[in-house]
Amino acid sequence: MTEITCKLLVIGAGPGGYTCAIRAGQLGTDTIIVEAEKPGGTCLNVGCIPSKALIHAAGEYETIARAAEGESALGISTAKPSLDFARTIAWKDNIVRRLNGGVAGLLKRAGVRSVAGYARFRDGKTVEVETQSGRQMIHAETVVIATGSEPVALPFLPFGGRVISSTEALALTEIPRKLVVVGGGYIGLELGTAFAKMGAAVTVVEAAPRILPQYDCDLSDPVARRLTALGVTVLTGAKAKALVADGTALAIETASGEQTSLEADKILVTVGRRPATSGFGLETLDLDMDGPFIRIDDRCRTSMHGISAIGDVTGEPMLAHRAIAQGEMVAEIVAGRRRAWDRISIPAICFTDPEIVTVGLSPSEASSKGFDVKTERFPFKANGRALTLDREDGFIRTVVRADNHLLLGVQGVGTGIAELSAAFSLALEMGARLEDVAMTIHAHPTQSEAFHEAALKSLGHAIHI
Amino acid sequence: MAERVVRLPDVGEGIAEAELVEWHVKVGDVVREDAVLGAVMTDKATVEIPSPADGRVTWLAGNVGDVLAIGSDFVRLEVDGKSAPATEAVKVASPAASASAKKPEHAASAPRVPASEPPDAPRAQPSAGPLHHAGDRPLAAPAVRLRAREAGVDLRRVRGTGPAGRITHDDLDAHLARGGTATPYPTQTAVTDIKIVGLRRKIAEKMSIASSRIPHITYVEEVDVTALEDLRAKLNSQKQPGKPRLTLLPFLMRAMVRAIAEQPHLNAHFDDEAGIVHQHAGIHIGIATQTPTGLVVPVVRHAEARELWSCAAEVTRLAEAARNGNATRDELTGSTITITSLGALGGLATTPIINHPEVAIVGVNRIAIRPHWDGAAFVPRQMMNLSSSFDHRVIDGFDAARFVQRIKQLLETPAMIFIDA
Repeated sequence: MTEITCKLLVIGAGPGGYTCAIRAGQLGTDTIIVEAEKPGGTCLNVGCIPSKALIHAAGEYETIARAAEGESALGISTAKPSLDFARTIAWKDNIVRRLNGGVAGLLKRAGVRSVAGYARFRDGKTVEVETQSGRQMIHAETVVIATGSEPVALPFLPFGGRVISSTEALALTEIPRKLVVVGGGYIGLELGTAFAKMGAAVTVVEAAPRILPQYDCDLSDPVARRLTALGVTVLTGAKAKALVADGTALAIETASGEQTSLEADKILVTVGRRPATSGFGLETLDLDMDGPFIRIDDRCRTSMHGISAIGDVTGEPMLAHRAIAQGEMVAEIVAGRRRAWDRISIPAICFTDPEIVTVGLSPSEASSKGFDVKTERFPFKANGRALTLDREDGFIRTVVRADNHLLLGVQGVGTGIAELSAAFSLALEMGARLEDVAMTIHAHPTQSEAFHEAALKSLGHAIHI
Repeated sequence: MAERVVRLPDVGEGIAEAELVEWHVKVGDVVREDAVLGAVMTDKATVEIPSPADGRVTWLAGNVGDVLAIGSDFVRLEVDGKSAPATEAVKVASPAASASAKKPEHAASAPRVPASEPPDAPRAQPSAGPLHHAGDRPLAAPAVRLRAREAGVDLRRVRGTGPAGRITHDDLDAHLARGGTATPYPTQTAVTDIKIVGLRRKIAEKMSIASSRIPHITYVEEVDVTALEDLRAKLNSQKQPGKPRLTLLPFLMRAMVRAIAEQPHLNAHFDDEAGIVHQHAGIHIGIATQTPTGLVVPVVRHAEARELWSCAAEVTRLAEAARNGNATRDELTGSTITITSLGALGGLATTPIINHPEVAIVGVNRIAIRPHWDGAAFVPRQMMNLSSSFDHRVIDGFDAARFVQRIKQLLETPAMIFIDA
């Protein structure tokens, strides 16, 4: 067994872990990162990036297919398109491969040593890694746990055969003819929508009374309407029960209590993700937990001195950009900088069709914090750019303090509005008031004008409505 | 229309003046008959003065804290009609202190901002509402937050001059220029003036007299109350319904009665101007009691004639009355010796100040289990200190010690409290 030491050891090279390691390297910290798979974690390999690639491909295909059916309002007509799904997947894999290589290169350039293999805690300062070249012992002054999360299986519907998680859904070799999605959260709907656009007959089974239950109805309704228009069957209030005997269908109980079954070539289970906290000796450290998550303070320190944790293992929201910001902060703390978590908001985007963006507090969250809240929304049907995109569904909503007009939250739903999240986040982080947004010139013609107009409307003088 | 003068009535026996502690009305207010106009405080009782008629207030006698002579003009009212007498001293229902404990905050004037603003006063007040963002976070751009973090500045301590109280780079610069650097505990320069009025003033006056005129000798002795606490617990567990719960106080009172029987000169008033000690046959034990408005001393009269349960019941009743502010003047005066106890907060030892013109005060400290050397081993015993002060002009140290030792002996073998030798 070989032994090496370092100042900072990062376990897991997902967005949080690799960012932490790169920043640490930039700051001159002697850093090692351990990762058993390709660098980039869930996000890059089996999450954000590949799913967005598929969603984009599906969108392009659907536009053309609609035109071929003579449904293009733009006057485009074409012959019925075909989809070489193997090439789509290859294109997606190529993107992932490029990014894998990019991350590895960035780590190397920052002077970070990478160790390939699964880490296992020996004690709070030491991990053991099974590498191809034998067992490696690593001692570190500070250890950062960035092991991420994994899809949750349903006990009566374990992954295997036709039952797949998002990971397998992104690596299918052909489009399933019939796809049943169990769980109408953002992951299930993003993938379900993509497969529907690529020609699959998709049925979504959601136990809650509506899809996207973590969002308010105003935000989820346009998505629900679009799903219907795309031919997706959404069964809310319905429970998945079990695979039927031959494994070709899913038995469910509908909202009305009816027992029925849904034939399926694939059953995609997207009922949530759980932090990856077991299987690498974490239990022996006896860290304080916060439910299933590792408890951290405002500097991402765990209950054990010298051990920090970032990303999905530390709690909701399980989002890459949260992990990235945490990783950067921890690297700077390790380098002796004074840092603490003081972010106003963590934006969240649901890449459904239309997209949902939420930043800061929702109206009900703001009210429950005791603020006297003023909420206003501006619909895209009054936005010129939205009309030219042939998509006028959705709106932008501002949530402000009634007394001083401070922005507490911005939400929106609309096609392609994910990019607007930057404007929303910046406004919140800068402590903008309605007047600040109102006095900022927003380029015409863009969807961002809806943000401007929502602010104006909240001030009582919207122009275009 | 006619003017009607309400004069300050005689609110106690033969009192010449009373302190104004609260106005319930202001000039211009329309009042109904029997509505409370204001409250005055005599020795230890607060008395509300009702309006004798319907009318409009045109004049008030002074400010809270002023001392007014009995019979002087208190309030002037503009009233309807011609037949009403021009002036009237209203009848006060009873000398009971009816509202002394109700609104302690009115006893102190509002905090005053010093006339000259301290140098770190804000340049501009933000418009409205609390300064900070959701979750009590200061409102500042990320770059400002980062600079503050690196400079060790807690932004919650920095006044923002931007819109909605936003902290700008300039605000942070100004804060740093003032030396508001690496400490999270900035210096505070504000002075709040609190007018000492009402009961608090009475307490201050009494304490000054007692402390300046009486040369105190304080004697601290420890008492093993294990047996007493056992007895007390048994009596409480077997007491008949309706009987009060026994605290340590009634036992101490009975022990003091026995000790005073042997040293009667400790139960006395010393009139130092006349050079006379008035030795009282009746033992009236003052019980120093904390109330919402401050310290008062209700009096258990004739403790020498009360058995244990009666002492307990009277202590309970008086403490309640004092806390509710409806103890009468009689119940708050006339003690001949005093007990002071802070219960669980009693500490190890205190230096009690004698309740002038008495000559002795017994202070009860906290009961705690302490190791006690019984001659062969340390054993856990429930121990309590007594901290007692005496007027050294008329009580010698030896007498003081003998008195406390006698009480100790009685409390340590509680049967002796009740059995005549």
